[in-house]
Amino acid sequence: MIINKTADGNKMTIALEGRLDTSTAPELQELVAGLEGVTDLTFDLEKLMYISSAGLRVLMIAKKGIKEVSIININEDIKEIFDITGFSTIFNIQ
Amino acid sequence: MKEIKVEAKIENLAVVNGFLHEQIDELDCSVATVMQLEIAIEELFSNICYYAYGDGTGDAAIQVDIDKTNKCICITFIDMGKPYNPLKKADPDITLGIEDRPIGGLGIFMVKESMDDMTYRYAENKNILKIKKKF
Repeated sequence: MIINKTADGNKMTIALEGRLDTSTAPELQELVAGLEGVTDLTFDLEKLMYISSAGLRVLMIAKKGIKEVSIININEDIKEIFDITGFSTIFNIQ
Repeated sequence: MKEIKVEAKIENLAVVNGFLHEQIDELDCSVATVMQLEIAIEELFSNICYYAYGDGTGDAAIQVDIDKTNKCICITFIDMGKPYNPLKKADPDITLGIEDRPIGGLGIFMVKESMDDMTYRYAENKNILKIKKKF
């Protein structure tokens, strides 16, 4: 998985590319845990091809720790996983 | 029916995933179906790796059976670890707000929701978990 982060003051966008699974989720979790001062976080999922519960877990950790968490460019297959798990109602999906 | 038997450790997830693809890549599955099957492999195989044998080690066998007539993929997970029926695990409440939701516990639920059928039995000291997905 490739993680691209762009920061602008207290805003940050994290673009995920590839697979967010049990082997790659720890890397994202480490990044999310170190986000001091970020109050507005956006995950750009345009190039995310796969997500498992290990990946959803990290998104949930981010949402619990940061006030504004948005999801952009989600594809319909990942959106289906968000719908199944109720993540569609928890996250601000744009 | 094709079968692969590996040591139940998470490093073997890619091997099992590769085995799945060898069986299903020639089929006309949608991208969503392939992802849901991969999720099932990851969630159920990792459960065996992390919990079936406690601190010890053991094997996991994964069988893939494809019924082309009825367009159905059947995957069976077999381990000889402690008896565990994942279907008895209570479903998470996905209507809870963010404050009340636990951060984990979604794996089995995702598989249950995305497969067409899921059955468990314990026989001859084996956990036998079977999932079916139409394609």
